[in-house]
Amino acid sequence: MVEYKKGQGVLNSSKIKDDRVVIRVGYGASGIAAGAGEIYSAIVNHIKEKGYKNIDIKRTGDLGMSFREPIIELESREIDRVILGNVTAKMVPGILDDLMLSKKVNTDYIVAGTNYTTDDDIFFKKQKRVVLKNCGIIDPENIDEYIEADGYKALEKVLKSGDPDGVIDEILKSGLRGRGGAGFPTGRKWRFTRDAKGDYKYIVCNGDEGDPGAFMDRSVMEGDPHSVIEGMIIAGYAIGANEGYIYVRAEYPLAVKRLRLAIQQAEEKGFLGNNILGSNFSFRINIKEGAGAFVCGEETALIASIEGKRGMPRLRPPFPAVKGLWGKPTNINNVETYANVPRIILNGAEWYSSFGTEKSKGTKVFALAGKIVRGGLIEVPMGITLREIIFDIGGGIKSGREFKAVQMGGPSGGCIPSELLDIPVDYESVTKTGAIMGSGGMVVMDESTCMVELARFFLDFTQKESCGKCTFCRIGTKRMLETLERITRGEGKEGDIEKLEELAYNVKMGSLCGLGQTAPNPVLTTIKYFRNEYEAHIDEKKCPAKQCRSLIKYVIISDKCTGCTVCARNCPVHAISGERNQPHIIDQEACIRCGICYDSCRFEAIEIV
Amino acid sequence: MDKINLEPAIEIIERENSHKGSLIPTLQKIQETYGYLPDQVLNILSKKTGIPASQILGTATFYSQFRFKPVGKYVIKVCHGTACHISGAEQISDVFRDLLGIKEGETTDDGLFTLENVACLGCCSLAPVVMINETTYGRLNPSKINKIIKEYKKRG
Ligand SMILES: Cc1cc2nc3c(=O)[nH]c(=O)nc-3n(C[C@H](O)[C@H](O)[C@H](O)COP(=O)(O)O)c2cc1C
Ligand code: FES
Repeated sequence: MVEYKKGQGVLNSSKIKDDRVVIRVGYGASGIAAGAGEIYSAIVNHIKEKGYKNIDIKRTGDLGMSFREPIIELESREIDRVILGNVTAKMVPGILDDLMLSKKVNTDYIVAGTNYTTDDDIFFKKQKRVVLKNCGIIDPENIDEYIEADGYKALEKVLKSGDPDGVIDEILKSGLRGRGGAGFPTGRKWRFTRDAKGDYKYIVCNGDEGDPGAFMDRSVMEGDPHSVIEGMIIAGYAIGANEGYIYVRAEYPLAVKRLRLAIQQAEEKGFLGNNILGSNFSFRINIKEGAGAFVCGEETALIASIEGKRGMPRLRPPFPAVKGLWGKPTNINNVETYANVPRIILNGAEWYSSFGTEKSKGTKVFALAGKIVRGGLIEVPMGITLREIIFDIGGGIKSGREFKAVQMGGPSGGCIPSELLDIPVDYESVTKTGAIMGSGGMVVMDESTCMVELARFFLDFTQKESCGKCTFCRIGTKRMLETLERITRGEGKEGDIEKLEELAYNVKMGSLCGLGQTAPNPVLTTIKYFRNEYEAHIDEKKCPAKQCRSLIKYVIISDKCTGCTVCARNCPVHAISGERNQPHIIDQEACIRCGICYDSCRFEAIEIV
Repeated sequence: MDKINLEPAIEIIERENSHKGSLIPTLQKIQETYGYLPDQVLNILSKKTGIPASQILGTATFYSQFRFKPVGKYVIKVCHGTACHISGAEQISDVFRDLLGIKEGETTDDGLFTLENVACLGCCSLAPVVMINETTYGRLNPSKINKIIKEYKKRG
């Protein structure tokens, strides 16, 4: 539902006073995957064809409304600002003609606006965008747009102050904690590295984003790369480092491209390089592309990987702050941590710490995915409840199913059940559930996800990604995985749950890095909150969520089957047969239980037993 | 063993070898050019840099990005991250396996497609997601995959 209400929408007013028109296409990896490239070409072509003038087309990063992508934003004096969602190339000529000739927009397409209220407004209303303030708004490939949005002013401020210690104090006072997962106070880490003895120091940005189901750091690197770079330069100044590395995950080519471009533009403008802005401080940044190893997100492994070695973690201490890259004191922070820095310096520690809770200050970016209505990228003040995130911002569960659990922290985290939806999201409260805050991945699950199978999925992941150095992590996770595989195949035995718990304890205790120390969390939290599902698999050989392929059968209800043949045509193993217009039948021997027939049947004629 | 043109490799090795920690970037550039890491090239890399071949291979095999066999013209990476997993990634893989007649890690006889799994492509809200060479496809279902593969086959 979209209603015209002057000035009541979620978007700020446009500053355009003349005849200019701005069109922004959501052009991050997610937008592009949804079809933004086609939309962009359609816009350019139609403008050329009609000879429209005075239009500025920008390609921005992802705004976060993945659930409406591809999206475009229109801005002009007449229509103010509106965001259109689920745009197709076919819609583009009409949208542009309306905009340029009759100066209006088709309200059917509006998902947010300055003068429109919509059902999606709540997606923005409960957010507080500090790190994401430029994402989806500015063109990340144009440094001038960052500068116009107060970019590099924080750097100017600290260089003018001439007081590196003051910078660290400010970060300490803000209460900022590392956003890479563990939540270590950033100011304290900076202080350690500043105080460490060494003639040369390094700044490293961890953009490895290993949680398979999260994309906060990707979105920030693609949508606002300069904020990360500015944060790193400020860290370099505060700590006394003159060189930095950004380590980016292999699967993020667009982030690499935009970071490279941003570094080049910052060098041209004198924000990077020798004697930055006329000061005696010099700093340069290199980019390293990861090569696909989850453990390389761990800081000592990441450092080994930058050095060109196998990415194996090592025992700490010495911490990287004392002995890091090439043996030199090294400050390593996450992408989001650095992106917070310019905002804090510019607006003050007090402003930043006015958001959040006593021990978890500020805001946190989350990637909402899974069986949720409004999946996308959000930023909220710490202390908001899970329920508000999932049911207000996220709009609840898709296709009318029931919420079952939310997975936080990826392979190191756990599943939080519905009873705990009212906990505030801060480091301590989330840790108490057995999950962890993690870097911000939130995968929402409904009743159709089997919790035992999910635990198996994560163990399969960590077992493969274990670097093999510690025996418990290497073999313990393997034994846990085998046990979970047996249970999901219906071959579970009495005592399996206890065996899993014992192995979990030993893997936690016997591993030197966070990978092994946290790998059992997905198993432990699912046993804690969904023990009955484990028992159903083991005792009754049943999968209550009807997901485990060995424990279910797909059968056609002949009364309901119309013989439309859709399922037979879609079956990847050709296990369905029957005459057209006659009830079909599934050959249980051939069936691999993929569920494609179930999903493709329009007559609800297939059931899972 | 297939004959391969070693010239681009030598050029890469000479260009990349100038700075510290350049082994992984060099391997990445080689794979970008050849689609995989050919034995002959690794041997040259070892000779030119003085890094023992065992150490080069030790590093390369640690990272899942590196391949040691030639790949097809189109590399299909099916995302099996958490969001894609609970949104039917296995089903998506079933469809690819059926359509192409190959399993993960294999290449079709015509040299057109290689099938791989990947941990997450960072487009989790569009799950299930697949990447074919540089292009990412989201919100997939069996019939969309059929169309996409037909398109690639037509292109040849
Ligand atoms: C197995 C493992 C994987 C990790 N992956 C990441 C990651 O992908 N991104 C990240 O920022 N931190 C990751 N970390 C945490 C880092 O080791 C480190 O604590 C973090 O980068 C510090 O930055 P912060 O203080 O700003 O959070 C990982 C840790 C472990 C043990
Ligand atoms: S889980 Fe598939 S794109 Fe992230």
